[in-house]
Amino acid sequence: MDSPVTQAQYATQLSDDTLRDMYRAMLLSRRLDERCWALHRQGKIAFHVSAIGHEGLQVAAAFALNRGIDFTYPYYRDLAFCIALGLTPLDFMLSVFGKAGEPSSGGRQMPSHWSSREKHIVSQSSVVAVQVPQAAGTAFAINYKRKVGLLAADDTTQPRLAYASVGEGGTSQGEWHEAMNWAGIHKLPFICMVENNQYAISVPFDKQSAVPLVERAHGYGVIGVQVDGNDVFATYDAVRAAAERAYTGEGATLIEAITYRLVPHSSDDDDRSYRTREEVQEWKQKDPLLRFQAELLNQGVLTQARIDAFEEAIQASITEAQQQAEAAPDPDIASGLSGVYAEETI
Amino acid sequence: MTTATETNTAVRTMTLIQALTEAMDEELARDERIFITGEDVGPRGGVFRATMGLYEKYGPERIVDSPLGEISIAAVGIGAAVAGLRPICEMQFADFIHPAFNQIVSEAAKMYYRSNGHWPLPMVIRAPYGGGIGGGLYHSQSVEAFFAHVPGLKVVIPSTPYDAKGLLKSAIRDNNPVMFFEPKKGYRAIKGEVPDGDYTVPIGPARIAREGTDLSVYAYGMMAHYSTIAAQMVARNHDIDVEVVDIRTLLPLDKETLLKSFKKTGKALIVYEDNLTMGFGAEVAAILADEGFEYMDGPIKRLAGPDVPAVPYSHALQEAFMPNPEKIAAAIRDIIAY
Repeated sequence: MDSPVTQAQYATQLSDDTLRDMYRAMLLSRRLDERCWALHRQGKIAFHVSAIGHEGLQVAAAFALNRGIDFTYPYYRDLAFCIALGLTPLDFMLSVFGKAGEPSSGGRQMPSHWSSREKHIVSQSSVVAVQVPQAAGTAFAINYKRKVGLLAADDTTQPRLAYASVGEGGTSQGEWHEAMNWAGIHKLPFICMVENNQYAISVPFDKQSAVPLVERAHGYGVIGVQVDGNDVFATYDAVRAAAERAYTGEGATLIEAITYRLVPHSSDDDDRSYRTREEVQEWKQKDPLLRFQAELLNQGVLTQARIDAFEEAIQASITEAQQQAEAAPDPDIASGLSGVYAEETI
Repeated sequence: MTTATETNTAVRTMTLIQALTEAMDEELARDERIFITGEDVGPRGGVFRATMGLYEKYGPERIVDSPLGEISIAAVGIGAAVAGLRPICEMQFADFIHPAFNQIVSEAAKMYYRSNGHWPLPMVIRAPYGGGIGGGLYHSQSVEAFFAHVPGLKVVIPSTPYDAKGLLKSAIRDNNPVMFFEPKKGYRAIKGEVPDGDYTVPIGPARIAREGTDLSVYAYGMMAHYSTIAAQMVARNHDIDVEVVDIRTLLPLDKETLLKSFKKTGKALIVYEDNLTMGFGAEVAAILADEGFEYMDGPIKRLAGPDVPAVPYSHALQEAFMPNPEKIAAAIRDIIAY
């Protein structure tokens, strides 16, 4: 595959502070995620869908965008991505407990259906890939605004691209294909990140696609890049290069990030029925969090003392968020029976 | 309706489809955030010519021929509305809307509610619907009931050029996804007066198309037009004074006007060209029975298409399927004779 990214073209320019922020976001996601599994097993929450194993590519992707400005359409496994965009432990705890103040949906959706108008995170449903053509529409709108003069191409205070993520299973949906087709035809400022974690619940990749997903890019007229999704630096470079292409009118990019879901699909799944423990164990050796930690320790960006301090602060913040969320009131009943229509006419 | 001689406003007689084109033309001129996408909407001007002339006037940036995929026509509209544009999405025929059902029903309709008000979607989905044009099973369907079932959508069906223009403008200016179904049999068959200049017809209120005292006919789209003709027939030939209620907006439904008419006449016929079972008329009948029981003076009856998949192609079979003024008049006489 012709990858236009030169290895470590952008990632080498990341400051130590930024690298530590990325590490902290990954660690926060991991620990918050682990706490939710425990809360589920304790019977305290109804549902959890996990990002464990995906944190590297998600944090890398978020940091490679104009964070909080560019439009993003994450999918339900994007906890680390949303943390990197500013989601707090309390925000997430309110959503898993379905309490008042839950920021994404007011307690209407299951947890992990992210939404924030302020951060330009667009709400998603549980149906996979539906957000991808919507993101293409948002990218189309960005192009449109530039063409009719509603938006200056270099205005970095406004969204300049739309980013959608999806699992490899989602690429089998018609929505995905129609999205890529629009993206290619209109050369949209659009990035589709496929988090290929090898399994769509229990269905392995070879029953999902006859070809590597990246090979499809050419057929739609978009750039295709396959990247090791457990390599933070490589993923950052791939997304950053795709963002630069989007910003400069060069069109859309399909990124296939190869990774692995280290835990079951959700709190309702048991992955022992479809994959061996040996396979899971093998991928645990490639854990992106441990790999990134080792790299940063090696570079002297992190020290064990700093890692320990992060751990302590993160665990404390999660415990506090959990306690606050548990104590928070349920949403007002009336709130669930209203807000179906937007009233104002612009 | 006003006439040219009574007011200073210039009034022109035009077809339903001309009124729709004019509404889009004026709105495109008014607001740069509005664009149109759909199959053949560009240089061709639409297979029905609803967007005729707009490509020449507004260019390829704003009148966008979509690839042939209904999923993305709806989804791109959603995403563009998220980004602050006001898309008009055209489904070439309502029959082709089913691939987009997921985007419309599961996504667009729920986006505002599910995000607790973060993401309103100001978008219109236009679709020609209904039979009577020799279109067979896949160019004749009435799909409005599927969408009228869904909170979060608005469902509008005009039956006159005046309403078509005013309602489409309201739909474009609405902050919610609006399903705008156009009775294609009436595109050129229905003519009426339209005043010059900007006006809107609000989404919601039903319209009393003809006042009467003996029986209320409830209908929309082409059937509202036919019901008015049928009312004139029974007035002339049988001295029956029928009130015709043109529902115009199926969702949200103007129950008040429906019940007010029922209170006046005590008799109801509901006409729609969808299949009888669980068509939109079933909801109207249920509301009249539930909330208008004390006004009832006879059975609430429905006249609708038979429960076969859709309108057949053969002219004879199509005529057998479709309600028409004669069938409506006969149904009115049956209820009056009850």
